[in-house]
Amino acid sequence: MTSRARLFRFARLLCALALLCAAAPFGRAAAQDAGAPDISAPLAQLTTNKYDDTEAALGALALSGSPAAAGIVTALAEGKLVFGGTPPRLFIQGEAGALLDPLTLQPVAEAPAVKPVRVNNRVRRAIDAANGALSLVSPDAGKRREAALAVGRSRDEAALPALEAALAKESDPKVKSAMNLARASILIGKEGITPAERIAAVELVGAEGNQDALAILRSVPDSAAPEVKQAAADAIAGIERNLALWGMAQNVWYGLSLGSVLLLAAIGLAITFGVMGVINMAHGEMVMLGAYTTFVVQEVIRTSYPGLFDVSLLIAIPLAFVFTGLIGVLIERTVIRFLYGRALETLLATWGISLILQQAIRTIFGPTNREVGAPSWMSGSFEIGQLAITSGRLWIIVFSLLVFFALLATLRLTRIGLEMRAVTQNRRMAASMGIRTNWVDAMTFGLGSGIAGMAGVALSQIDNVSPNLGQSYIIDSFLVVVFGGVGNLWGTLVGAMTLGVANKLLEPYAGAVLGKIALLVIVILFIQKRPRGLFALKGRSIEA
Amino acid sequence: MLNMFTHARRMAGRALVGAAALALAGGGVASAQETIKVGVLHSLSGTMAISETTLKDTVLFMVQEQNAAGGVLGKKLEAVVVDPASNWPLFAEKARELIAKEKVAVVFGCWTSVSRKSVLPVFKELNSILFYPVQYEGEESERNVFYTGAAPNQQAIPAVDYLMENEGVQRWVLAGTDYVYPRTTNKILEAYLKSKGVKSEDIMINYTPFGHSDWQTIVADIKKFGSAGKKTAVVSTINGDANVPFYKELGNQGIKATDIPVVAFSVGEEELAGIDTKPLVGHLAAWNYFQSVDVPENAAFIKKWQAFTKNDKRVTNDPMEATVIGFNMWVKAVEKAGTTDADKVIDALIGVTVPNLSGGFSAMMPNHHITKPVLIGEIKEDGQFDIVEQTPGLIVAEEWSPYLEGSKDLIADWRKPLSCGNFNVKTGKCGGAGQ
Repeated sequence: MTSRARLFRFARLLCALALLCAAAPFGRAAAQDAGAPDISAPLAQLTTNKYDDTEAALGALALSGSPAAAGIVTALAEGKLVFGGTPPRLFIQGEAGALLDPLTLQPVAEAPAVKPVRVNNRVRRAIDAANGALSLVSPDAGKRREAALAVGRSRDEAALPALEAALAKESDPKVKSAMNLARASILIGKEGITPAERIAAVELVGAEGNQDALAILRSVPDSAAPEVKQAAADAIAGIERNLALWGMAQNVWYGLSLGSVLLLAAIGLAITFGVMGVINMAHGEMVMLGAYTTFVVQEVIRTSYPGLFDVSLLIAIPLAFVFTGLIGVLIERTVIRFLYGRALETLLATWGISLILQQAIRTIFGPTNREVGAPSWMSGSFEIGQLAITSGRLWIIVFSLLVFFALLATLRLTRIGLEMRAVTQNRRMAASMGIRTNWVDAMTFGLGSGIAGMAGVALSQIDNVSPNLGQSYIIDSFLVVVFGGVGNLWGTLVGAMTLGVANKLLEPYAGAVLGKIALLVIVILFIQKRPRGLFALKGRSIEA
Repeated sequence: MLNMFTHARRMAGRALVGAAALALAGGGVASAQETIKVGVLHSLSGTMAISETTLKDTVLFMVQEQNAAGGVLGKKLEAVVVDPASNWPLFAEKARELIAKEKVAVVFGCWTSVSRKSVLPVFKELNSILFYPVQYEGEESERNVFYTGAAPNQQAIPAVDYLMENEGVQRWVLAGTDYVYPRTTNKILEAYLKSKGVKSEDIMINYTPFGHSDWQTIVADIKKFGSAGKKTAVVSTINGDANVPFYKELGNQGIKATDIPVVAFSVGEEELAGIDTKPLVGHLAAWNYFQSVDVPENAAFIKKWQAFTKNDKRVTNDPMEATVIGFNMWVKAVEKAGTTDADKVIDALIGVTVPNLSGGFSAMMPNHHITKPVLIGEIKEDGQFDIVEQTPGLIVAEEWSPYLEGSKDLIADWRKPLSCGNFNVKTGKCGGAGQ
């Protein structure tokens, strides 16, 4: 079916509703007198389970004025509209799978085997249209507003009478402005209205200032008066200027978000590589282990305590820290401590460890991705002006900064932090002051690994939880630490954010592939100029 | 530095394979005379393990089934599994090991095009048979290779047709990972769309690196591109791993399938198993097989497969079906030829017809590709696909796309007397352009 035919059907539906509204005082009484309208034909059509029939039936249902229509449309949207038996009959699946009669909502005596009525994108759109049309007169203000927005998006002239009828009765100011906007969106493209009316509509839409408004303003017909075209062109230019600024802000936001991911991935490495000087190729696998810890925690919660799902990440964070921290201590005690000062051997040994860990996870959990769900408070997005902010990304930025400052505080303010700094700055001096340098080494490596594990919890929200998860972050992590300055936590923060923002500012112009290459070239040139990165440590500490 | 890693990995791989070979040799001494060896060349470690491990299991499953049914030519089959570890040069090395040392009669293997290209010279030189079970970009037909996955006209073009006819799509985003399969497919699609009257400004092409995980900018761009007032769709040739973050970002930015549908060529049941599919309901995929195909053959296959893997949630997917078809075709051709001799089997394979899992039959054509039905599915909440469209008949593969300049005059026909994979019908010569 063409989109024109679909629009036409939607229009018919709205017209019918407008008539219904207009005749509301009489209509309701009349309907009661005459009994509910007969909707057996569309119901029979729904049992053929063909998309065309379902769509047609939806149109007929919305037009029918039957009180059962809304319930049936909702059931279809939720996949609870089922059919079965010979001849096929339609049912609504109620609580606990009981079959209800779609008209009376009473349980049926004998229940045949049933299949749900199939839904595809086309049917889903028809459901939205039917729902939207039904809810222009809904008692719920929020639903009326939604419906007005839907009508505005469809920009269908035939919907105008229904919209104006609804507008005349509307008292809620928010809904009213949405309806006015929808009306203006329709009027802009309508033939046969006065230039003054059209200019008013252009101004109303132009004030919205967003991407959708731009698309609507571009549809001013060529036949419009010159002053209307001028007004539209001015509005478009204004919006484009405005959007260009917001677009820049949006890119910076994306950059900060990417930077926070880089920061999370790199911050553990800033300890194991930056502070201890171990070229730790297994760092990415610690991140991966953290992500798998999240998966295991969620599995346990799913099977045993489904109510706790929303706090699953909060439970996973300390567990991931402890688990990967212990693995880190184990690796340090069994392998790395024998290799201090031998960079090449450390590199090869940790590379081997990373392969072992990957294959171990592959054997235990299988090679395919594991599903880690997002708790409700991390889903969805909101807008500030024209800036779209997704909640998940916002929380990751917050989390990365929390981790950063917690780590900074640990190094600055705690005894173990003091000992770590002492050992890395001058091992022999520290040892002669009575610090157990072996133990401090193990703790430091454990801390770096544990932080990588916590990063894994956050990264499980945005990336694949698969045995390869760590590999994709290892290069970026080294890049950040080297760029920021080895041995300096602030350098890691600034380095990560700089690389993130630079990447996202380059991407719109150069594309994702070239952008990344360009960034690498820039970093290489920078390192040539300043081999110790952004924040070079001064003095002897680095050689210790 | 990189060299050293590959080297280290190769050494590790060698040690593993050595151990595996020893184990196999130990077990296989007694029956060495009566078995026919079947090689399995799929990555079991590294990046591609995520997709290829299942295909290894599929071949093992088919071997077990065939042996239970009495084997081939009165002999039992014996699978020889090697692990090329997602390392392209290692694929060639392992292929040589399978053919020259293990003397396998046939090899089932490869996933990425680059791995297939890497083993090609080995199969030519040692004259053996490779069954390649993955949808790919076409532009190839080799005597020693049998392609049981889809060529672009058996997947991409019907999907675009579906969107044009059923969703009224007028603006197209062609998004892909930056390597040969997406680039070639998108080139074909771009030419096809333009031949259908789509203007250049209504086509946006975007490439991303392997494993791309930050999709914010690109999804925002798609949203912007889609708000121009014309119905927009995304045709995705994004490779396996990058899909999860891509779909997550679509969900985050509130792009629903009813607004901008995404039709994917590399996303199947396996890939969806790792995603929360609720925000993806209604996005599409085009394949030649879905697990949800409602025919008795498929139900029986799924039941046996889940019993074999001892996992009643184990999914099936399109490359698995292609492996199954390839395996059955090889068995039939060997029985037809009465020998496992490569030359005779290669000749016998053309024209072999076996049942596929969607209730029909697939035939091996003279271009070494098979006939397939094309199915379009919409993602359901449970991670399965609801089949919304199926081509009425079977589609013959166009290994050389008629939409590309270099290949439109080429045909492949491996029957005698032509016996050529790239015959140029204009010049009348074998080995025309395109190679």
